[in-house]
Amino acid sequence: MPQLPEGDPAPPTGQLPASALTHLPRRPLAVYVHVPFCRVRCGYCDFNTYTLGELGSERSPATYVDSAQRELALADRVLGPDVPPVDTVFFGGGTPTMLPAADLTGLLRGIRETFGLAPGAEVTTEANPDSVDAAYLETLRENGFTRVSFGVQSAVPHVLATLDRTHDPANVERAVAAARAAGLAVSLDLIYGTPGESTGDWATSVDAALALAPEHLSAYALTVEEGTKLAAQVRRGVHPAPDPDDEADKYALVDERLAAAGYGWYEISNWARTPTDRCRHNLHYWSGANWWGIGPGAHSHVGGVRWWNVKHPSAYAARLASGDSPAAARETLTVEQRDDERVLLGIRLANGLPIDGLGAQARLRVGELIGDGLVDGQLALTDRRLVLTRRGRLLADTVVHALLAT
Amino acid sequence: MSPRARTVLQPHATPPAAIRNFCIIAHIDHGKSTLADRMLQITGVVDERSMRAQYLDRMDIERERGITIKSQAVRMPWELADEAGSLQPYILNMIDTPGHVDFTYEVSRSLAACEGAVLLVDAAQGIEAQTLANLYLAMENDLHVIPVLNKIDLPAAQPEKYAEELAKLVGCEPEDCLKVSGKTGVGVEPLLDEIVRQFPSPVGDADAPSRAMIFDSVYDTYRGVVTYVRVIDGNLNPRERIVMMSTKAHHELLEIGVISPEPVPGKGLGVGEVGYLITGVKDVRQSRVGDTVTNASKPATTALGGYRDPKPMVFSGLYPIDGSDYPDLRDALDKLKLNDAALAYEPETSAALGFGFRCGFLGLLHLEIVRERLEREFNLDLISTQPNVVYDVTMEDGKEITVTNPSEFPGGKVAEVREPIVRATILAPSEFIGAIMELCQSKRGSLRGMDYLSEDRVEMRYTLPLAEIVFDFFDQLKSRTRGYASLDYEPDGDQVADLVKVDILLQGEPVDAFSAIVHKDRAYGYGVMMAGKLKELIPRQQFEVPIQAAVGARIIARENIRAIRKDVLAKCYGGDISRKRKLLEKQKAGKKRMKNIGSVEVPPEAFIAALSSDEPAKKK
Repeated sequence: MPQLPEGDPAPPTGQLPASALTHLPRRPLAVYVHVPFCRVRCGYCDFNTYTLGELGSERSPATYVDSAQRELALADRVLGPDVPPVDTVFFGGGTPTMLPAADLTGLLRGIRETFGLAPGAEVTTEANPDSVDAAYLETLRENGFTRVSFGVQSAVPHVLATLDRTHDPANVERAVAAARAAGLAVSLDLIYGTPGESTGDWATSVDAALALAPEHLSAYALTVEEGTKLAAQVRRGVHPAPDPDDEADKYALVDERLAAAGYGWYEISNWARTPTDRCRHNLHYWSGANWWGIGPGAHSHVGGVRWWNVKHPSAYAARLASGDSPAAARETLTVEQRDDERVLLGIRLANGLPIDGLGAQARLRVGELIGDGLVDGQLALTDRRLVLTRRGRLLADTVVHALLAT
Repeated sequence: MSPRARTVLQPHATPPAAIRNFCIIAHIDHGKSTLADRMLQITGVVDERSMRAQYLDRMDIERERGITIKSQAVRMPWELADEAGSLQPYILNMIDTPGHVDFTYEVSRSLAACEGAVLLVDAAQGIEAQTLANLYLAMENDLHVIPVLNKIDLPAAQPEKYAEELAKLVGCEPEDCLKVSGKTGVGVEPLLDEIVRQFPSPVGDADAPSRAMIFDSVYDTYRGVVTYVRVIDGNLNPRERIVMMSTKAHHELLEIGVISPEPVPGKGLGVGEVGYLITGVKDVRQSRVGDTVTNASKPATTALGGYRDPKPMVFSGLYPIDGSDYPDLRDALDKLKLNDAALAYEPETSAALGFGFRCGFLGLLHLEIVRERLEREFNLDLISTQPNVVYDVTMEDGKEITVTNPSEFPGGKVAEVREPIVRATILAPSEFIGAIMELCQSKRGSLRGMDYLSEDRVEMRYTLPLAEIVFDFFDQLKSRTRGYASLDYEPDGDQVADLVKVDILLQGEPVDAFSAIVHKDRAYGYGVMMAGKLKELIPRQQFEVPIQAAVGARIIARENIRAIRKDVLAKCYGGDISRKRKLLEKQKAGKKRMKNIGSVEVPPEAFIAALSSDEPAKKK
């Protein structure tokens, strides 16, 4: 599980400096809800999540919903009367669909009653294809959910087994059909570069996902995170470490096949059928919007202040039960840090970074980046935007370093 | 333990007949410091309470490595019954000697200050080559030697076996070897008694112009240079003017005293006495080991023999990893120099490493110690280039060039290259003779002779190029003899050799830091090894990077670093942003440390690893 970053102490009231709230009414507000439960922990996963066995208390999910509602009330106090209606809500985890549908809809109702939802608000939940059925999905839709994102990862059984994923590929098809029947937009998550996955295996997974005609697709290179079972297996030599060249090949494969099927990339690891199918919630992260993260270990950002909650569900519940903010620590970004983040995140997007917003030094390096085939020369000249080529998307860190070098 | 001596003789008023000056000759970890600690306790100069392990080793490095870099001299009172049975007071001056091959000259000066030597050998290990070398030195200086076996409390001790070995070397009977345990204190009192009985007292002319030999000088932040001397003739007194005979420099004796075991200022030092001087000078170069101190108003005409200027044998470039630390490195070297007369350095610029210093050292340990002190005491992060020796190159046109840095090796028509050689002594169990011969042969050594010290231990004498020793000889010797062999060497002139310079090129650009002067037959091996190492150590770049090894214009080895294709983190959502930004900030700082070779960015760690003799770690 990743360690929380180091930061400054956060006040028990959760109060934010007035400067962080200055632009609150004019910026989109997003809410993320972290549901820290899974039936089993997958070998590669380093997210803040717990199996019920680990928590040792059957009542934990119920406590969790109460605590989350308390944090909503705290958010209401902290953000004050000028808070805009919420533009996007995203339930992630863990496995949010481990909770009864009524818990999810209850939390969404809480958000609506606290802040209001903007017209056309996007409301997404992540889901395990095994843990939802038609009735569940219909309940979500009836109560305001608009999207569901299924963790498919692979269509190849031996790859799923290496990832410790237990779902049956056939369940994906059923779950997607049920989501469509309920009127939810569908996104599928895929993972490439799993040890033992051949290029053919990956093509199979991509094609299987395309056959389901989702509105949206994400494809992530498998990252071996410290402290996971997979990391231990790699260290012991049970599995080889992921090979960046293999990952580059597989990225090219998925990008080509999705493009051929009419999907456009809009962020390094995300593709959408049309611009309106893009995940607005995630775009808010990359464009520096304000968001409140509810739940254990959740991160938030409001007006240049970031904070993150304590990780363990019982510590989280205890904080809120005693009326305190669950924030573990916070950081107030300096001007330079905000600039760095703007470049770091903005360059990931197909909309790109406006060249005129860059510093003089960075602008001087654009020619070199075009010459190295990392950014699109045409768009740089005509639109004055830096947009990564496919090669550049894979070498985005190199591009970021070039732009931020002093 | 209560001190035995009840009458304590005072400095300046001690008859030479009551003085015994001695040193302890021992190999690293044979227990010299522990024995010295025990002597300090038994003679009462250190009480139980203020006792700390290895009392005399003052530098952290000395204590950690269990070696003595700077010597010390401690005055200890003792009493022994004479033939009539009445107790007579004595003064024992224990002069601690440096215990490593690089400091042979310092050892020789310490020995010259003594009349006797305690040869201390681990009863479980037997004598080692460096100890043997120092024993020879002691015998050459006509020192009386008492052989002592230490650590007799160890279950693995074989005192009988090693007593025979020692007896043969010293020329005595096995039963003349004393047996002690520095740890438990067993046998230490009898040893002190034997020191009084066996070692001669110093002889000198009390009325002659004063002559005292400097056997060590140490820089102290608060007091300036503290000079350790042994008075041969005459006496030295507070406030008088003295002259250093090699430099002719005049100083006033601000303080004179003895160490027991902390400095005690006194009324002066007479014939045969050992103590310290403070003159207020700030640089040990003004108070050189081996020099003779005399009285300015009544100077001696001839200096004591044996003075020698320290001469660096091994050179290495020291560069700060962060270029902005260069002034700090200069200041640090200036400070270390105050306490290290053998350290030589001058500014140097490397295309690959930037600004640094070419430093000269007595040997590899000296290099390591200086480097470690710079890093530890001055908080510097350093890259040191592969150590090399000094070559004398004669060109066909007769021009002579002294090469202390491989990058200075001339490119034109070379008539002759001379390299320094050493006489090496290797002691090892006889089962390793084959392995050692093979190693020495591969290192261009020639056998000068071989003797059995005992049935199963042998002494082998070789002539070897110093460059080979500096490269990895000792590590190889240790690994081929499972750690049993010991090595000692001393300079032995130079020889003509068939040497070439191997350059390493990154993307066609030579990297000066990796150039090496090697024997012609070894050029290919070096080239392949270095190119292979660099391939593992240099991170992949945006473009393919060829690595080549070349002798002149001829490419002898080649590797390729493939271009990197992916470095991006796949996911970057809300909770990842802080982590990712912090990583970026760290990488930005890392980028600043990168050394640029043409357009290739090389992390300093790659230089460090490539320049060390260890196998490189596989890169991820």
